[in-house]
Amino acid sequence: MAPVPPADPAPRPAPPPSPPWWRDRRIVPWVVQAVVGLLVLLLIAFLLGNLVRNLTAAGLLLSWRWLQQPAGFDISESVIPFNAQLPYWRALAAGLVNTIRAVLVGLVGATLLGTLVGMASFSHNGLLRRLARVYVEVVRNIPLLLQLVFWYFVVFLSFPNGVAAIQLPGVVLAKSGLYIAGFGEGLRWMGPTLVNGVWQAPVRLSVEFGALLTGLIVYSGAFIAEVVRGGIAAVPKGQWEAASSLGLSWFATLRRIVLPQSLRVIVPGLNTQYISLAKNSSLAVAVGYTDLYSVAETTLNQTGRAVEVILVLLAAYLTLDLLISALMNGLNHLVQIRER
Amino acid sequence: MFRNRTRSLVVSLCAAGLLAGCAGDGGGVQSQKLSTITGRGKLICGVEGKLPGFSFVGPDGKYLGLDVDVCKAVAAAVLGDPEKVEYRDLNSSERFAALASGEVDLLSRNTTMTLSRDAAGGNGLSFAPTTFYDGQGVLVPVASGIKDLKGLAGKTICVESGTTTELNLADRMREQNIPYTPLKFQTSDQTFAAYLGDRCVAVTSDRSQLAGKRTSFPKPDAHTLLPVVMSKEPLTPATTNGDPAWADAVRWIVYGLMQAEESGITQANVDAKLAEAKANTNQADLRRFLGVEGDFGKQLGLPPDFVVKAVKAVGNYGEIFDRNVGPASALKLDRGLNRQWKDGGLIYSPPFR
Repeated sequence: MAPVPPADPAPRPAPPPSPPWWRDRRIVPWVVQAVVGLLVLLLIAFLLGNLVRNLTAAGLLLSWRWLQQPAGFDISESVIPFNAQLPYWRALAAGLVNTIRAVLVGLVGATLLGTLVGMASFSHNGLLRRLARVYVEVVRNIPLLLQLVFWYFVVFLSFPNGVAAIQLPGVVLAKSGLYIAGFGEGLRWMGPTLVNGVWQAPVRLSVEFGALLTGLIVYSGAFIAEVVRGGIAAVPKGQWEAASSLGLSWFATLRRIVLPQSLRVIVPGLNTQYISLAKNSSLAVAVGYTDLYSVAETTLNQTGRAVEVILVLLAAYLTLDLLISALMNGLNHLVQIRER
Repeated sequence: MFRNRTRSLVVSLCAAGLLAGCAGDGGGVQSQKLSTITGRGKLICGVEGKLPGFSFVGPDGKYLGLDVDVCKAVAAAVLGDPEKVEYRDLNSSERFAALASGEVDLLSRNTTMTLSRDAAGGNGLSFAPTTFYDGQGVLVPVASGIKDLKGLAGKTICVESGTTTELNLADRMREQNIPYTPLKFQTSDQTFAAYLGDRCVAVTSDRSQLAGKRTSFPKPDAHTLLPVVMSKEPLTPATTNGDPAWADAVRWIVYGLMQAEESGITQANVDAKLAEAKANTNQADLRRFLGVEGDFGKQLGLPPDFVVKAVKAVGNYGEIFDRNVGPASALKLDRGLNRQWKDGGLIYSPPFR
C-alpha cells in the first residue's frame, strides 16, 4: 500500500505584495545618494572644464616650466642658501622655510605666553588677574595687521642704529636686528662687530623676523590664554579644594592637579589657534619679512602664472595646516580619558 | 532670396563670433570694452594713487597727476567728459590681475613696458605709447656720504616687491659684485616708511618716483639722488591683449596728446585752431587731426573730434608734463628724454593719416 502522502500543510498567508521600488526603503536611499553624487561630480566637472577652457582661450593653460627658470631676485634672509641665479622653485622653497621658521617659533612662544596669562587669570593676586584681562581684551580686539605694523614701524624701528646700538656682552640689539655671538668661520668664537657701519655676527635675527614673531606671539597668545582659562575653569572646584586641603600651594595645585586635567579641554581649542597662527604668518609681507607669500607674490608678478602660483600657495598652506592639525589630533588622543 | 540667405548666414556667423571684424554696415569697430565703457558711462582707471606728480589725491580730494591726466584724456575722448573716471588705487602686485580680470579698463600706473609683460605668454598686456621715459635711481640721505653703488656694499636697500626695480637692483649689484641685503615691501608707502625709519640706508625706485616721494618727506633736502641710472624704465599706460580695438583707441588718444604739442595746439588755443581748420579747407593735416574731415575717429570707434575733446580736457603732452612733474610742479623734473623728437627727445607721434 502506498504510503499516504502527508497532508498539505496549512496554506501560508500570501506574502504582502512588495512595494514599488520608489517606495522601497532599501533602494531609495541608494538612488538619492547616486543622484546627488552625480550632480556634485557634474558640478566639479563643469567648473574644471570651465577653468581649462577659459585658460586655454587666454593662453594661460597650466604650465610648470617657469619653476625651473632663474628667479632673478634676491631674498634678504634665507635659512637655505639662495641667490638670484637659482630657479623659482628654490626661491619658493626658501620662502616656505622662512614661513615654517616663523610658525614654529611662533607656536612655542604663543603657547608659553598664552599658558602663563591663562594661569594668571586664576591668580590670587588681583593686579595680576586684571592685567591678564586687560592684555587679552586689548590684544584680541585689534586687527593683527595693525599690530604688526605697530610692532615694526613704531617699536622695532625706534631702536638705535650703528655705534649707538644697545650692546651687551655677546649680544647687540640694533635697528637692523639682533646680533648674537657664536662660532663663525673656522669655528672661531666671534662676538658682534661693527664693520663699515654695519653690525656683523654669526647669529643674526632681523627686526622684520622679530616684529612678525612678536606680533604673532602677542596676538595668538591672547586667544590661547582664553582657551587655557576655559580649560582651567572646566576642572571642578572640588579638585582645587582637595589639593589645598593636602597643603599644596597655588602653583603646585595648578601644575600638578588642575592643568593636567584641563588639557583635554584645552587641546582641541589649541588646535584651532595653532592653525590660525600658521595662516596669519602670511601677513609677514606687511613688515618686509620674506615668507612664502612674499616670494610667491614676486614670482606671480614676474612670471604672470597667477593660477599656478596661487595653487602652490594653497597647497603649501593646506599641507602645513593639515600637518599641525594631525599632530594636535594625535596629542588630543593621548590626553583624553581612557575608558576602561 | 539668395542674397537674403547669404546675409542671414553672415549674421549668424557674426553672432557666433566666427568671423572676426565683420562690423556690419556701420563701418565702426567692435570693441567689447568700448561699448562696456559707454554703456557704464564712466571709465575705470587703475592708478598708483599715492605718488606725487603721477597720481595722488590733492587737498580737495580729487586725483591729480600725469597718469591721472592720461585717464582724463581717455575719458574725455571716449565719453566727452574728463570727470567721468572712477579711479582704483592698485599696488604693484595687484595691477596686472586687476587689468586681466577686467576690474579696470585702463592701467595708467607708472608701469614699465617690458617684453614679458607685453608677450601673450607672459602678462599679456597691450602697451600704449610711453608717457614718461624714466630710469631707476637710488635715493640716500645726504648725511650717509654715499656717492655711488660701491658705497652701498653690505648695506640694506629698501625696494618695492614685484617691480622691475627689484630685478634691476639684483642684476646691477651682481654685475659689480656688490653684496647687499634687499628689504622688500608690498606698497610704496611701507617702503618709504622703512627708509624714513632708517631701517635701510637707501631706497631704489624710478627716479621720477623718488623725486616725487621726496617732496613729501619731512626734510626733502636731506636726501639726494645718486647720479647712477640703473635701468631704462619707459612708464607706459596699458590695456589687455584681449581687445585690440580698445588698445588702438587708447594708443591714438595718447598719440593725439603728443601730436597736439608738436602741432602747437594747447588747451587755451584748441578752439581757435578748430575754427581755423573749419575755415581753411587747404589745411588738410590740421583738419584731419581735429576731425573736421576724414573718419579717423570712426575707424577707432571714437567720436570724430576725440583729439579736441582730450586736449580741451587736459592740454597737450607738454602742458600735462609741465603742470604735473615739470617746472610748474613741486617735483621740478627736467623734460630730459621726454622732450619732443624735434628737440632731441623721445616723444614722437606717428602721423595722423
